[in-house]
Amino acid sequence: MSDLHTLGVAQLSALLQNKDIGAVELATRMLARLGGNPHNAFLSVDSEVTLAQAKAADARIATGDTSPLLGVPIAHKDIFVTADFPTTAGSRILEGYRSPFNATVVQRMGEAGMVTLGKLSCDEFAMGSANENVAVPSAKPQAVTNPWDVSRIPGGSSGGSAAAVAACLTPAATGTDTGGSIRQPAAFCGITGIKPTYGRASRYGMVAFASSLDQAGPMARNAEDCALLLSAMCSPDLDRDSTSLDVKAEDFSRDLNKPLKGLRVGVPHEFFADGLASDVRGPINTALENLKSQGATLVSIALPRTSLSIPVYYIIAPAEASSNLSRFDGVKFGHRAKDFTDLADMYEKTRTEGFGDEVKRRIMIGSYVLSHGYYDAYYLQAQKIRRMIADDFQEAFKQCDVIAGPVAPTVAWKLGDKSDDPLANYLADIFTLPASLAGLPGMSIPVGFGEGHMPVGMQLIGNYLQEAKLLNVAHQFQLATEFHLKTPGGAA
Amino acid sequence: MSALLVHGYEVVIGFETHAQLSTQSKIFSRASTAFGAEPNTQACAVDLALPGTLPVMNKGAVERAIQLGLALGSHIAERSIFARKNYFYPDLPKGYQISQFEIPVVQGGVVSFFMEEGKATVHKTVRLVRAHLEEDAGKSLHEDFIAQTGIDLNRAGTPLLEIVTEPDMRSSAEAVAYAKELHKIVTWIGICDGNMQEGSFRCDANVSVRKPGAPLGTRREIKNLNSFKFMQQAIDYEVRWQIEQIEDGHAIQQATVLFNPDTGETRAMRTKEDAADYRYFPDPDLPPLVIGRDWVERVRSEMAELPRVMAERFVTQYGLPEYDATQLTQSKAMAAYFEATAKACGQAKLASNWIMGDVSRRLNSGEVAFETLPVSAAQLAALIGRINDNTISNNAARQVFDALWSEGGANVDDATADATRVDAIIDAKGLKQMNDSGELEKIIDEVLAANPKNVEEFKAGNAKALNGLVGPIMKASKGKANPAQVNELLLKKLG
Repeated sequence: MSDLHTLGVAQLSALLQNKDIGAVELATRMLARLGGNPHNAFLSVDSEVTLAQAKAADARIATGDTSPLLGVPIAHKDIFVTADFPTTAGSRILEGYRSPFNATVVQRMGEAGMVTLGKLSCDEFAMGSANENVAVPSAKPQAVTNPWDVSRIPGGSSGGSAAAVAACLTPAATGTDTGGSIRQPAAFCGITGIKPTYGRASRYGMVAFASSLDQAGPMARNAEDCALLLSAMCSPDLDRDSTSLDVKAEDFSRDLNKPLKGLRVGVPHEFFADGLASDVRGPINTALENLKSQGATLVSIALPRTSLSIPVYYIIAPAEASSNLSRFDGVKFGHRAKDFTDLADMYEKTRTEGFGDEVKRRIMIGSYVLSHGYYDAYYLQAQKIRRMIADDFQEAFKQCDVIAGPVAPTVAWKLGDKSDDPLANYLADIFTLPASLAGLPGMSIPVGFGEGHMPVGMQLIGNYLQEAKLLNVAHQFQLATEFHLKTPGGAA
Repeated sequence: MSALLVHGYEVVIGFETHAQLSTQSKIFSRASTAFGAEPNTQACAVDLALPGTLPVMNKGAVERAIQLGLALGSHIAERSIFARKNYFYPDLPKGYQISQFEIPVVQGGVVSFFMEEGKATVHKTVRLVRAHLEEDAGKSLHEDFIAQTGIDLNRAGTPLLEIVTEPDMRSSAEAVAYAKELHKIVTWIGICDGNMQEGSFRCDANVSVRKPGAPLGTRREIKNLNSFKFMQQAIDYEVRWQIEQIEDGHAIQQATVLFNPDTGETRAMRTKEDAADYRYFPDPDLPPLVIGRDWVERVRSEMAELPRVMAERFVTQYGLPEYDATQLTQSKAMAAYFEATAKACGQAKLASNWIMGDVSRRLNSGEVAFETLPVSAAQLAALIGRINDNTISNNAARQVFDALWSEGGANVDDATADATRVDAIIDAKGLKQMNDSGELEKIIDEVLAANPKNVEEFKAGNAKALNGLVGPIMKASKGKANPAQVNELLLKKLG
């Protein structure tokens, strides 16, 4: 079993349940791979904590507990607060912060018996599409690299999660998706990730970026694993999160094996316009043909406000962020400037030192669009268009069961290529933003390779609460293809 | 009402009142709201705004808002919105206050009350603009630290209802009467403990002056008036100050001012130029607050009878004058005391007279509240019964009442014991009226014999001369004679 680390969640679960391997042994093997912090994917590890959790999992297995995730390793994006590991959200302002409680998602995965390997790097406060906006450790912050080509970005903001799964450092990771932060890095790193319907997974304990958009989800090797993870992650949390949906926990694996015959796949022509790079277009088209060959029909649909999703998102998300980040003021927790003359000076210095450029940029944009005299023209108008974008999807779902298209216009770009051009970064989010704004579930599955042998991801978007259908389509595709089995050189 | 002009200016006052709601836990967290705990012992992760925490609405706070709306005849919004009011301050942990801005939960309504104006009792109404739910901030403690400020977040997240009026009041007296009436209502329906010293009921007064008929003047807002006495002083000072400014040719600048009870003056804290842009926007952490009609009706069915409804009932059920009914419904305890007394003795008007007279007088002079009255309703009812059945005179009844009051010992659980106690005091003090006409006639005959001059004057047609005879008779009977019977017998003997 020398290639344990390349196995997925379901495979490891079978080995653990068969007692072919123990959770402590598995955790020890996985921790051993984290030396030197490959791809800068992890921000914190604590083998003592991990092994204690693994020991507890072994004890549960010994009592005959057959919970499917028992003893399987996972790592959490550092945007989830954890009592056993530090939580930084990738920001200097939270460096050294330790939460007194676990995020609901972390708690649920723990209750399922998963063993936490550590906390994963991300863009500061989940703001970014390249995982270059990471500011910790402040002594030497490191951008995460893409395991397929270390000169390239892994995508973001859940770049650490995607890189860690792709590099076989963990079989599973949590991510969060505000405007594409699960789907885009999953696509860039050639793994599978799903963002459920807004409100499915509790936001309690997720360091808030944009409250009306933030949503947690699993990232793993394949759709089958994602279904197992999502089933443990999602259930109502009404006492702690007012936006949590009052929808019972589901077995998202239940429809995995349904044939695709009769499935109507909507193909929005706006997702295939000139901006789509040809090396991405090719694999996507081939993947669509594959679905067709399995009995699905392709339906041309329209999402006419796709391009508006960029300005709408970059008004609403910064507006909410500017307010959500006000609590980082140096008064109660986190970084406080050393020398200051008075209260205003303390605020100013603390936040100047504590926040990175992209975070400051969004706080300023957000404060501006909420200001007296600008609110109606920006924020209110954006909310109106946001509703229209959601309506467009409902129109489209009259003609199709799922929507398919690219996750991003290109494959992963070179480190530093867009780091001085925020706008270029923002424009690359065009295909993931619409589903985020509408609160719809979306996922990314690997469908081939483009320029520089970089992975290409296909996006699947479902109607509200249709995660099981997305996972069904993804699983059927993965049964017929091998892209999800590919690992970057060096990982195996 | 030209009578209310001050140096030719009309005073215009609107109120914003923060009523702290009487919930056990905070508006968006489960931490306790109890007053007076050690600093920061009643602040949970949500109140401290720790990363990842989220607000969850306390339904009890919503119910209290519904109750106020029902009490004041307001519209209860089926859908209201929580908004974030963004500003930085150390005792505001999230960097924003969750409040309601564009769509509040309670809309419109009226506070109506009686007040004395000159010699007349006048009915007044003050219209409400709105009442909205919001969370309180923590406290900054400047005194106990040298060159530093302590932050106590126990109060952070305490539920408040901010009650906003139209600028309908025209004098400081009217403003105070409004505030007292609102205070009465919120404590009556039990949504607020009304403790002004502890800050449970805080009033801000928006004050402006204008020449009659002119548009509204520029207002200044007097913050945190925490007693009715200061409220009147502060408004009176502010009105004088504004008139002086205008008379001296200065324009009034919109400002927020504080009243200093030591100097009796108001002083500006900040002017409009310093006003922050709060960047209000709907809080994405909280869905719209939806209140179905069934919820409103359930709250209505569980609500105590309101003071004005109860006053109307007192008029129809007990035949009381409107004035009595209004006075008796000044507090829930007083109204309950009246009803218990009236029911037990069957003499509603006498009960009302006693409560508005002797009982209230004793209450006002002492520190006793209605809730802890030393004379029980059963005792007062028994006492009234003894007046009514001619056992004792009014004067004697007062002596019994004084004895009951000073000795205490009311037994609210045992009406029979209370009635027995009244009789025991009457017996012990020998206050029983002389209803035996033979004994009384003897006294009258003696007095008539001793006062021939009065008898002659009366017979000559001077009716007043009778009083000169009644007094000595009462005295000779040691107050036990029934005055009506004395009159009757006297007239018979002299006639």
